[in-house]
Order: sequence, then C-alpha cells, then structure tokens
Amino acid sequence: MNPHLLIAIPLAPLIAAVIAGLAGHRIGRAASHTITIAGVAIACGLSLYVLKQMYWDGVGTFNGPVYTWLVSDGVRIQVGFLIDRLSVLMMSVVTFVSLCVHVYTIGYMSDDPGYTRFFSYISLFTFAMLMLVMSNNFMQLFFGWEAVGMVSYLLIGFWYTRPSAIFANFKAFIVNRVGDFGFIIGIAALFSYTHSLSYTTAFAAAPHLAQQTLPVFGGVNALTLICVALFIGAMGKSAQVPLHVWLPDSMEGPTPISALIHAATMVTAGIFMVARMSPLFEHSSAALSFVLVIGATTAFFMGILGVVNNDIKRVIAYSTLSQLGYMTAALGASAYSAAIFHLMTHAFFKALLFLAAGSVIIGMHHEQDMRKMGGLGKYMPITAITCWVGGLALVATPFFSGFYSKDAIIEAVGMSQRWGSTYAYWCVLLGAYITSLYTFRLLFMTFHGEERFRKVHAEHGHDGHGEHGGHGVHEPHESPWVVTGPLIALAIPALLIGYFTVGKILYGNYFGSAIVVLPAHNVLGRMAAHYHGPLALALHAFVTAPFWLAVAGLFTAWLFVLKRPDLADAAAVKFAWLKRILDQKFYFDWFNEQVIARVSRGIGIGLWKAGDQGLIDGAVVNGTAASVGWLGGVVRRVQSGYLYSYAFWIVIGLAALLGWFLVHA
Amino acid sequence: MITLADMLTVSGILFALAVAGIFLNRKNVILLLMCVELLLLAANFNFIAFSRMLGDLTGQVFVFFVLTVAAAESAIGLAILVVLFRERRSINVEDLNTLKG
Repeated sequence: MNPHLLIAIPLAPLIAAVIAGLAGHRIGRAASHTITIAGVAIACGLSLYVLKQMYWDGVGTFNGPVYTWLVSDGVRIQVGFLIDRLSVLMMSVVTFVSLCVHVYTIGYMSDDPGYTRFFSYISLFTFAMLMLVMSNNFMQLFFGWEAVGMVSYLLIGFWYTRPSAIFANFKAFIVNRVGDFGFIIGIAALFSYTHSLSYTTAFAAAPHLAQQTLPVFGGVNALTLICVALFIGAMGKSAQVPLHVWLPDSMEGPTPISALIHAATMVTAGIFMVARMSPLFEHSSAALSFVLVIGATTAFFMGILGVVNNDIKRVIAYSTLSQLGYMTAALGASAYSAAIFHLMTHAFFKALLFLAAGSVIIGMHHEQDMRKMGGLGKYMPITAITCWVGGLALVATPFFSGFYSKDAIIEAVGMSQRWGSTYAYWCVLLGAYITSLYTFRLLFMTFHGEERFRKVHAEHGHDGHGEHGGHGVHEPHESPWVVTGPLIALAIPALLIGYFTVGKILYGNYFGSAIVVLPAHNVLGRMAAHYHGPLALALHAFVTAPFWLAVAGLFTAWLFVLKRPDLADAAAVKFAWLKRILDQKFYFDWFNEQVIARVSRGIGIGLWKAGDQGLIDGAVVNGTAASVGWLGGVVRRVQSGYLYSYAFWIVIGLAALLGWFLVHA
Repeated sequence: MITLADMLTVSGILFALAVAGIFLNRKNVILLLMCVELLLLAANFNFIAFSRMLGDLTGQVFVFFVLTVAAAESAIGLAILVVLFRERRSINVEDLNTLKG
C-alpha cells in the first residue's frame, strides 16, 4: 500500500482545519465550509478506497513508520501507521460520519457567529481521530487520544459565554485527566518492560508479561496492571462508570458535535483502543473481568437515567453511555468483533439520532425540553421518519443494524464463562428493556401525542416576554436539505449495514489477525456454529428474551406517554425516593463535588497554607532573608566607627593569635 | 650593666603605654598619631636591643629606615588631620565615627 496515500488521509482534514481556523475570517463562511468539507471528503474517499483495496483486492496489512520525530537513548518516537482491517473500518466510519456532520453543520450553525471556527474544530477533530486509529505505536495513540480530548474540550465550551458550557468543558477536561493518568501509567509500565513504544513489540511480549509479577500493592500480575491502567484511560474517554459524569454535561456543545464526538466517534476511542490491544487483554482474565463488570454496570444503570430525563439531547446522551457500556461488556467477554461491530452500527444510528434531535431543536426554535414538544411528526416528516429508523435500530428491532450487533453482544456475554459474567448478562439483558423504554418515550414525546408547544407559546404570548411573544404560535417547520440530507445518508446504513455485514464481521473472520482471541475465550466462534445467515438470525429473534423485553419497553412507553400520561405523574409521587435518586443521577455528581472535590480542595488549601506559604515562603525564602538580616543586626554592633575600638579588636585578635601560637607551638 | 631583659621591658612598657593611649584617648586625634609613633619607637627599641645583643648593625640600620618611614607617615597623618579639621571643624575622636555600620 502506498504510504503517501495513507499520509494524505489525516493531512487533508488537518490542512483544511488550519486554513479555516487561521484564515476563516478572510476567506469567508462559504469558503471555510467548502474547504473543510473537501478535506474530509478526500479523507473519506481515500479511506473507502483503502477499505476496498484491503477487503476486495486482498492488499495486505500496512505497518510501518512514515516519519521519525525523535530518537533519544535508543527510543524512537515515530509517526507510523498500522492499517489493517480494524483500523480501516474505523477510518471509514469516522470519516463518513464526520462528512455527514460537516454538511449538516451548514444548516445547523448557519446563524452562529463562530461558524468558521466550528468548521475548523471539527476538521481538526477528524484529523486527531484519524491519527488515533491509524497509529502503530503508543506515543501516536496518546497524541491522538489527547488531541481528540482537546478538541472535545474546545467544542463543549464552543459557546464560551454560557457559564454552563464552561462548567461542562472543565468537567470533561478534569474527568478525562483522571482517565488519562491511568492510560499513561499503562503505557509507561508497558514501556518499562518492553523498551519500545511499538504495538508489535508490546503484543509479542504479552504472553511473557502475563508471567511477570510487579512488586506493587503486594505483588500483582504485570499484564493485569497494564491492562487495567490502559482500560482506566478507556473509561475516561468512553465514559464508563464512574468516569461517565462528563458525557451528559457535554451536551452543552452544539448538536453536530454531540453527534460526531460525543456519540459516534471520539467516545468510541476507548472501545477501539481495547480492541486494538486485544493481544494484551486476552492474556489477563482479571482485567477482562474488570472490563466486563464496568461495562455491564454502565449499560444498565446509565440507561435507567435516560428514562427520567426530559432534555431530548440528554436522553440520547444517556443512551450513548448505555450503548458504550454494551460495547465495553462485549470487550470484557472477549467478543471484540462484536464490540467493534456495535461501535460501527452505533456510530451510524446514534449520529442519526443526534442529528435528528438537532433538526427537532432547529424546528422548535432552540427548544430542547421534550415536555414542550409532541405531535411534531406531522410538521417534520423526514426528521420523524429518520429518527424512527435510528430509534428502531437502537432498540434492536430485527433486521435493523442495531439488532445484529446488540443481540450478538447479549448472547456473547451470556455465553462467557468469565468471572462476573452472570451479573453482566442480567445487566445487558434488562438493559434491552430500558433501552426500548427510553427510546420509545423519546419518540412518542417528541413526534406523537398532544401538541404541547401550542400551550407553551400561548403562555409566552400572555406573558409578553417570550422570544416570539405576541404573534401567535410558531409552528415547527421541516429543516433545510443540508440538515435532512445527512439524516437520510445516515438512515440508510443505520437500517441496512447490519444485515449486510454481520456475517463477515462477526462470524466471517473479517478482522483476521487484527484481533486476537484465545481459543478458550472465543464465544463468537461458538456462536458462529449456529449462525445461518442474517435472515434466519432476525427471524429467530422473535423467540428470544431481548426482543420481548424490547416489546415490553415499547408497551410501557406507550402506556405512560401516550395512553395515560397521568400514570407517570402518579408513579413519580409514589416512588418519590426512587425518582430522587434518579434525578440526582445516582449521586455521582454529588459525590464528586461534595467528597472528592472538597477533599482535594482541603488538601490543596492545606498544602498552600502550610506547605507553600508556611514552609517554602515562610521558612525557606523569607526565613533566609530574615536570618541574614538578624545576623547583620548583631554583627553591625562591632562596627562602632571609632578608631580606638578597631585598634582594640586588632590587639585582642593579635593577642589571641599569639596566645594560640604559644600554646600550640 | 643594662641587660637585654631590661631593654625589652622598657620596650614593652612603651608599647603598652602607646596601646593604652590609643584605647583610652577619646579626645584628640593628634594624640592618636603620637601613640602610633610611640608604637613604632617601641618596636625600634627592640631592634636596637637585639642588634646590640647579637653584635649585628643591620638592626640599627633598619631603625633608620623605620624612623624615615615613620616621619613620612606622620607628615601624611598630620596633613590628613589638617584637611579633616577644615572639613569638620573638630579633631575630636568621639565625632569621627562615619565608618559605623
């Protein structure tokens, strides 16, 4: 494979981002979006071309450096690409979703003063994400990891005059630092054993590392420690419990980036990383159990929070958390292919859901509260239909893309023999009910039922201070083609891609040597034994538990939202304690702010007062000056200025010296 | 017969008187200069005493040198004193403490 072609893939968006970012004001809005879209389109086209070459033309894996950044003490830090079927799949998904989001942004951000800045950021993000997935060494992986984090930070705080946005981007940044701390410890530990940053060396050393014991915490397996540390990085980036708290708040950013970064691509970096590291994780059952339990916990408990939220974007954000939990659980069950498969289908249908939500938000004149929506299906038919497609894919309706990936995960977790798999299985199974419940609640509340926006606008009219007060109801309207176009472009893969790729990706050894699974852990291999094509799989679903749980979720949502809305209020009163826990999001934020933040602040203030002001400023810096001053004050008394006293001291000194000489000589 | 010990005793007394003069004199800078001369004379006296004892004239030659230097030194000291008096209208030792730290 031609390395120049590969270099062009990340560079095209980078160049576009630099031009739009630095010269955006000079070249204007239209030129900015044209150039960034062109950059991402080049990257997308080339990625698909590489995918075609690798899959249909049988071109082998490319693994090699393209640029040596520095060599220090035998360590080579390089920019290098590892292009195999795993990374090329990620590249294609990332660039395709990014392209859709770029086009969509033209419509969504049309009246925003930060238009060119936004395009520059999302192109820069595409570059960083491509560097992350294409990397063949840990340093470049870490670079991409941090770069996507930085762009995410910039974009969450895109509307930097809003205090809530600034709070959210700080929160995302700090929580991600916790994860990155673990990540860099993992890389450093791996480096200390292998003395190399390349994947190849690290993977080759994995069986050997599994035999080593590290003398910390009373002796732990070296590989387990490395894997858990790396996974802590993934927990931060992919928002797993307890480092998930930043993701719902990140919805403060504009909707296109919620779709691109906080649903489809960046948050899946952790999933991708663990799948990429499968040769390491496979040798540590303890680390995989940890991954499994964390993932399953996230999948179930974060889904529940989606049920009680009323902000349309936050519901989808909790859904993202839950789906990331599914992927993580799949990783924990050694079903890496299933995780990547779900990552891919999820990228399409979740980006679709977010963009549809954005379309609804535009139609509702920047209103995000679902309680003020309802009955929008009539006014926004394209948005409603595409959103239904995304929703049905999300709840794993047979034949939709989400069905193939999610059912595989539930089954794989069920078949896993790993410690914690029983708990994980119940979590992901019941998660299917929860997923269905919040998805249909969202769809029903937004597109069906009573047209509640009329009431809201009427009130605004009476108060006379509403945005559009005084001139009647503003009916929602369908969005322009730049918004609906990407919706349709994403709805097609959200509907179909699972059906056409499940056989290859899950059961057809698509990934080849890119993903390593030990024979003893190979749950997907066992599932492949009774796989008879996508049609049979979908038909079989009608007799399985996840399907009927989803139907139960549909029924529950219909009952509480459309049929008897009063029941929901009655339940909220009756189960007030439960509602309080859910409204407080299981008290994670409370714990972070009241315990962790307060203790950290306490330690910080203590160190500041005692350590900095007391010891360093007080004792060392000012103490030196004070003691010199004191000594000077004492010694200056000798300097009387009188000649006779000097003479006296001379004589005394002479006498002392002579006396000393006499005694000792 | 005048012995070496007698001469050294006289010299020591002279030296002690000169030092005491420097310490105790709080009034007059001229007195200080005289005491310094006296210190030198005490030292010269030692030179002469040892010269005589050893029968070597070198010591007495040195005395002439020292006297010459002492005369020059006194001249300079007095000149400084005159300038000092013009400047400060006082040659009182108590007032001369500008070197104080």
